Amino acid sequence: MKITTSPAQSKEVLKDASMLKQKEMMAKHYDRLTNAEPNDNKVASTFVPGNLNELIMCFDLVNNLPEVNAIQSGLRRKSGAYVMEAEKAGHSEDVCTYVKSDIGMMAKGNIGPNGKKLPNPDVLLLSYTGCFTFMKWFELLREQYNCETIFLQTPYMADGKITPNMIQYMVKQLKEDVIPKLERVSGVKFDIDRLREYLKKSAEAEDDLVYILQSAKNKPSPIDAYFGGIYYIGPIFGAFRGTDDAIEYYRFLREEVDERLAAGLGPVTPDGPMGKEKYRLVVEGPPNYTNFRQFWKMFYEEGAVVVASSYTKVGGTYDFGFRHDPDRPIETLAEYCLGVYTNRSLPMRVEMLSNYVNDYQADGLLVNSIKSCNSFSAGQLLIMREVEKRTGKPAAFIETDLVDPRYFSAANVKNRLESYFQMVEQKRSGVKKEVAA
Amino acid sequence: MSQSDTAEIVARCHVLYEDLNFTAARKWKDAEPGRKVIGYMPVYVPREIIHAVGMLPLGILGGGDQLEVIHGDAYYQSYICRIPRSTIELGVSGRLDFVDGMLFPSICDVIRNLSGMWKMMFPGVYSKYFDVPQTYEDDVGGTFYENELTELLHDLEELAGRKVSEDDLRRSIEVYNRNRQVVRQLYALRAQKPWQVPAAEVYLVLRAGLVLPVEEHTDLVEQYLAAAESEDRPLRDNCRVILTGMFCEQPPLNLIKSLELSGCYVVDDDLMLVTRWLTDDVPTAGDPLHNLSQAFLHHSESTAAKYEPNPEEKGQYLVRAVRRTGAEGVIFASPSFCDPALLDRPMLQNVLKEAGIPFIAFKYAENSGQMQPIREQAGTFADSIKLWSAA
Ligand code: SF4
Ligand code: SF4
Repeated sequence: MKITTSPAQSKEVLKDASMLKQKEMMAKHYDRLTNAEPNDNKVASTFVPGNLNELIMCFDLVNNLPEVNAIQSGLRRKSGAYVMEAEKAGHSEDVCTYVKSDIGMMAKGNIGPNGKKLPNPDVLLLSYTGCFTFMKWFELLREQYNCETIFLQTPYMADGKITPNMIQYMVKQLKEDVIPKLERVSGVKFDIDRLREYLKKSAEAEDDLVYILQSAKNKPSPIDAYFGGIYYIGPIFGAFRGTDDAIEYYRFLREEVDERLAAGLGPVTPDGPMGKEKYRLVVEGPPNYTNFRQFWKMFYEEGAVVVASSYTKVGGTYDFGFRHDPDRPIETLAEYCLGVYTNRSLPMRVEMLSNYVNDYQADGLLVNSIKSCNSFSAGQLLIMREVEKRTGKPAAFIETDLVDPRYFSAANVKNRLESYFQMVEQKRSGVKKEVAA
Repeated sequence: MSQSDTAEIVARCHVLYEDLNFTAARKWKDAEPGRKVIGYMPVYVPREIIHAVGMLPLGILGGGDQLEVIHGDAYYQSYICRIPRSTIELGVSGRLDFVDGMLFPSICDVIRNLSGMWKMMFPGVYSKYFDVPQTYEDDVGGTFYENELTELLHDLEELAGRKVSEDDLRRSIEVYNRNRQVVRQLYALRAQKPWQVPAAEVYLVLRAGLVLPVEEHTDLVEQYLAAAESEDRPLRDNCRVILTGMFCEQPPLNLIKSLELSGCYVVDDDLMLVTRWLTDDVPTAGDPLHNLSQAFLHHSESTAAKYEPNPEEKGQYLVRAVRRTGAEGVIFASPSFCDPALLDRPMLQNVLKEAGIPFIAFKYAENSGQMQPIREQAGTFADSIKLWSAA
């Protein structure tokens, strides 16, 4: 869809095209989910990292993502009460708040973002990629729902490489366990050509996603690759990878990015177009969702734009060339799972972030350390020092939580950010002095 | 044997426990040129393979409550458990400078990430994340695991500069079978007569096995068994409990002692599971790596770090342990911020509720100093069990 408008209107309308499309997609998806029972649709719950949306679609299953539900609860400021509810029921204050938000939401009637009750899953597809919490989370859900649970283990990429043993193990699990069980639950026979079709569509959207994320290499960057990036990854990390909707969404987005690039414009923020780009940052770690806008504002008010982030790689790392490959349909699913960010070793993460700082000409690295996420957080202090050492650019550290509002201290975050920006300034003037001398 | 034998054995173990310079392992290494030491973290590694290559497997369990953590805190946020930071401290302070390799088993995200940190911080040392299967079909998880075992063996052979025969592996399996047998006897004796075999002593005797050569440790356990059985110790009016959730970061010794002082006999626990992970003897006939893999898949302990494929089986191991040992209650004691233990706990508690088994729960850190609250909680628990069983 190419919207033709007068130049005066064009920016606004084009911005809207992708946003409207995404809104419509999400609304349709949640309606499909909440109407699954009356419509006789079966539902698979699964995780974002390592989600096998193409495979799930082969069995006409509707994809429900508890993490996305937790994010939605966070954005709608409901997660705080859900987390407390789970803690009242005996869950530890120390564990991942996504899990507690999900469990608390269930206890309070499991109401989705559209105000209707979310369905009970018919199958839990535990694609266990890069986080041990997943394993316990689905054991907890299985206890509640008492439904078929399928387990897919993704070996950890500890030595920075994918070995044949890892691929064979995953392919075997997929062929001998995952697919037969999905057939049984859904009553739909597996058709590998149908899978190939979806994979082809995935790759098409993935190309555009990479283009969009890499557009941040430009100065000024036309996008914010963290706060804005979270919206951009929504469809492809969620229930839309492999669909025409996703292809269309990313095409709109790409056109918008091209427009902004051509006009030399920066990202669009919730308060309108961003002012002058003053700082370019790489961010490691998930965001905070309970105070998302306030958090973002602390950046754009200061002219700080995020040019690359690791979080936009949790549902798939595409910028190093991986694309879903219809010619190797099962192996490609395995490689996809193996490559997601949280399944990459710490040295790989350091290298990736250092390269981002260099390739995107960033002023430095900012780590948002999430209290309840060991998968991301354990090791971040070393990552920070290493990236600093390798790039010569300053790194800084803030602490928040994903969906537990108790761990978001605006004053604290703001203070740390301000000192960080000062550090960047000092570094710059230091460099200038050196050059002048 | 006389009482002084028990005291002597335990005193020796205590010295080993407190020695954060690992003098015993250093001595072993220095005794012959070319000897190598492989450190490993909780919860399980196949020590047989390390042994077969002629190396000493050395259990690294953090710094306990003796080690002052100076550097380690700079590597971890306050909301991450303590064992990785004290392990880093051991490394940075040179206490592990004689260790030729480190294995980080697949147990949780913290240890997983620590494996990468080790690679970056100690680039000259062999270090490996040891992945294990969470699926238990022979030709799926089993094949994967056998290949991982083969890879580990090849790595260690290279490090040792020597090849290992199947017979070497079989011999090592045999040696560890023997060790597991005496450890099982130790646990059985304690379940039977906990007053004869105090939990803190069992802990120290077992812990010695993480730093001594296995043959020496087997002798030590045998000596302790004989000494403990012949000793005359008073039977107290304690209740019998199972201690669970401590499979990784260790509680301070004082915590274990406090439980007994407050009226609980510990009749089973999940401390240092590596010593009991394989629940049966591993067959010595046939392909040794296949046998180790089969044992892992089909005869190994349940713990929070594992996926339980069968929902009906979830937590049942704990109920069975209660029945087997005649325990009257379960104490969940877990390290603060320990995801696997703390996420698993509500499910296990539901199973216990269902089975009518009382329980309490608390958290600790390896360097917790304040035992009073734990003593009070355990004391109240013991009293309520007694009242409950009297009613
Ligand atoms: S990756 Fe982090 S936030 Fe996500 S489920 Fe795991 S622990 Fe929770
Ligand atoms: S104490 Fe728990 S969270 Fe910490 S390293 Fe051990 S298993 Fe992992």
